[in-house]
Amino acid sequence: MTAALSYRLVIRTLPWLTIGLLSLPVLSGLAGALAPAFGWLPALGGEQLSLAPWRELARVPGLGEMLRLSLVSGLGSALISLAVVVLFLGSFLQSPVYRRLQGWLAPLLAVPHAAAAIGLAFLLAPSGWVMRIVSPWLTGLDYPPDFAFPGDDWGLALILGLVIKEVPFLLLMSLAALVQCRADERMMVARSLGYPPLTAFLKTVMPGLYPLLRLPVYAVIAFATSNVEVAMILGPTTPSTLAVAVVGWLHDPDLTTRFMASAGALLQLLVTLVALLGWWLVERLVVRLSRGWWQDGHRHCGERSLSLLARWAMRLVLGLMLLALAGLALWSVAGYWPFPQSLPWPPTLGNWQDAADGLLSPVTQSLAVALGATLLSLVLVLGSLEAETLRRRPLRPGAQLILYLPLLVPSVAFLFGLVMLQAQLGQQPGMLAVILGHAVFVLPYLFLSLAESYRRLDPRWAQQARSLGAGPWRVFMGVRLPMLLAPILTAAAVGFAVSIGQYLPTLLLGAGRVETVTTEAVSLASGGDRRLTAIHALLQLALPALGFVVALLLPRLLFRRRRGLLLSH
Amino acid sequence: MATLHLDNVQIHQGLQSLLSLDTAIAPGEIVTVMGPSGVGKSTLLAYIAGFLSPAFQASGQVRLDDTRLDTLPAEQRHLGLLFQDPLLFPHLDVEGNLAFGMRRGGERRERIRAALASVGLEAFARRDPATLSGGQKARVALLRVLLSAPRAILLDEPFSRLDAALRDEIRQWVFERVRDHHLPTLMVTHDEADARAVGGRILTLTKPDGSGNLYGREYGAPGS
Repeated sequence: MTAALSYRLVIRTLPWLTIGLLSLPVLSGLAGALAPAFGWLPALGGEQLSLAPWRELARVPGLGEMLRLSLVSGLGSALISLAVVVLFLGSFLQSPVYRRLQGWLAPLLAVPHAAAAIGLAFLLAPSGWVMRIVSPWLTGLDYPPDFAFPGDDWGLALILGLVIKEVPFLLLMSLAALVQCRADERMMVARSLGYPPLTAFLKTVMPGLYPLLRLPVYAVIAFATSNVEVAMILGPTTPSTLAVAVVGWLHDPDLTTRFMASAGALLQLLVTLVALLGWWLVERLVVRLSRGWWQDGHRHCGERSLSLLARWAMRLVLGLMLLALAGLALWSVAGYWPFPQSLPWPPTLGNWQDAADGLLSPVTQSLAVALGATLLSLVLVLGSLEAETLRRRPLRPGAQLILYLPLLVPSVAFLFGLVMLQAQLGQQPGMLAVILGHAVFVLPYLFLSLAESYRRLDPRWAQQARSLGAGPWRVFMGVRLPMLLAPILTAAAVGFAVSIGQYLPTLLLGAGRVETVTTEAVSLASGGDRRLTAIHALLQLALPALGFVVALLLPRLLFRRRRGLLLSH
Repeated sequence: MATLHLDNVQIHQGLQSLLSLDTAIAPGEIVTVMGPSGVGKSTLLAYIAGFLSPAFQASGQVRLDDTRLDTLPAEQRHLGLLFQDPLLFPHLDVEGNLAFGMRRGGERRERIRAALASVGLEAFARRDPATLSGGQKARVALLRVLLSAPRAILLDEPFSRLDAALRDEIRQWVFERVRDHHLPTLMVTHDEADARAVGGRILTLTKPDGSGNLYGREYGAPGS
């Protein structure tokens, strides 16, 4: 009886802790930015409400350009990514190309933003790998050409860097959504009525798919309008995007700049909200305009050229990503590598040996933070999913929104407010704050990865166990956990990868006391040492890869003589 | 051994009455509940075993002699439940599956060995259940239920997934075991051959009055 009671107590508490972890930092962080933005932060001598921070912000040179850059790069990259994904799915949903791609998505998603951005910068820079490969035989160049990349004034490099990360994310999110909206049936009906694949997809699948993709798309927009590390590495610097500027102001030695920075953090929130609102309005308009088109009976919409475009766009996105990562590997073993040699010859391990001593600390700190955040998130997610079996119904739409809250509110805005709160309350920044901060971002991804498998487990397993006399704890620990070990470890690996890739929470909440491979890689990227930067970026890839290897091998090892378990996943 | 009583059991879904049943099953007796799929046969078993979905409401009592079961959590009812699929836990070996339902202590291993030997599976204790044949899985699944010392047995279309050739053999074997153990047994099925093989009482769930309500109606054994 006490066991059943403790089970109910724990399992009913964990969903509330989950909701707390997702919403409290975001809400208190926004509140923490609000007060200083209007001049109130006693710890720094601000004891009167005023509009001075906003007036100061308005006088920042190039503010308009910053806003334009954030909006254009954010909305532009989201639009391009969605278009590539939709056209690709429409053209290849029922073809082997699509099935081959599926296996690549999770590893691609695990590539940290910073590593992808660094790789892309090294690939496409004037002295980058692409230029070296085509020089001098094609370009006639013996010296690197003079063009601004990364950091072009239009933000094209930034948009490209965002797109190569957002396409795999949206594709992965579509996988489950396509099943949920019965895309295959819709396609079959439409195609049997004479619609070619892409038109069939746009007219019959999209109206069901988009509502399911809406939150992921909004998360993409929120991230793209407000991210810091990709914009630091690939974006223009004079001026930078608003988010990068806010982080710069926060680190200004003159502490009074923080009042203006708080106003900037709130302005970032507004920018993201404006972007989301604008997207939503266009969304309404598109739906209204397409109603007639869905049923007008036209069987074609420029299929052939659009499919060709989709195929090449997808190849470009994946190719750039893979080349960028390969380029990182080259730079890490490059000795003297003059332009326009296409390969560094002879390769050397000297860079790794020189760097080895300095790597130990960031690697262990990364591991400590990632393991802590993943473990905490895993307990909360398992508790929340187990609570669903107790109530026998899945999440309400409101809970789904809470899950996306940390992905929809610009992290720079609420993390900034948390730093202000830390300062006001005299809390020490450090490891614990960083782990909690990471967990806010790890938890949603872990939940989204695991929920499907957890809900799909046949309830008769639990019923069989209980009719054999097993209490609720034993059903959970002895039946559900071992049977779901493979998907649980995969979800944990996704969460681990998300944590390894986090830049801003480490930087802001750790206040320089916690240095991970990601913070090191980003700060090195602005310097000139490509070899050392490449090594750190590769470590950013290696740690998540390690997580996925463990997640793949451990169940195979533990259950090597349990065929039924390995086949079912 | 105790008698399983279903006293005025009624199951509703909202305002609509789904089924009602009032009967008692003596030790060693096998009662068959028949009806086409979708009339709530499995809902009845779910109610007795303690897994009724919150979408349904039930009234009445389930008793083993004087012990009331319907107020107990599922794991304390000691009702052995056998599904269509053997549902052998894939992460445990055969021995682990059998041990799962047994109480702690008291020469568990010896009893498992003896039970396996009694069905000619003594060499299978450490085997992965996924490597067993359909008939072997069915036997292990029933052994698991019997070793958990149940006080009654619930069979949910237990033979419908077996090959036709195996079905008769397993069916006879299960009925013998249940009778040997003197357990009151309720079997839900849509297969008349199951009912004929038992040769006991049959309760048929039908739609008697066009109102959509279903009632358990008793018939004698076929041919009797």
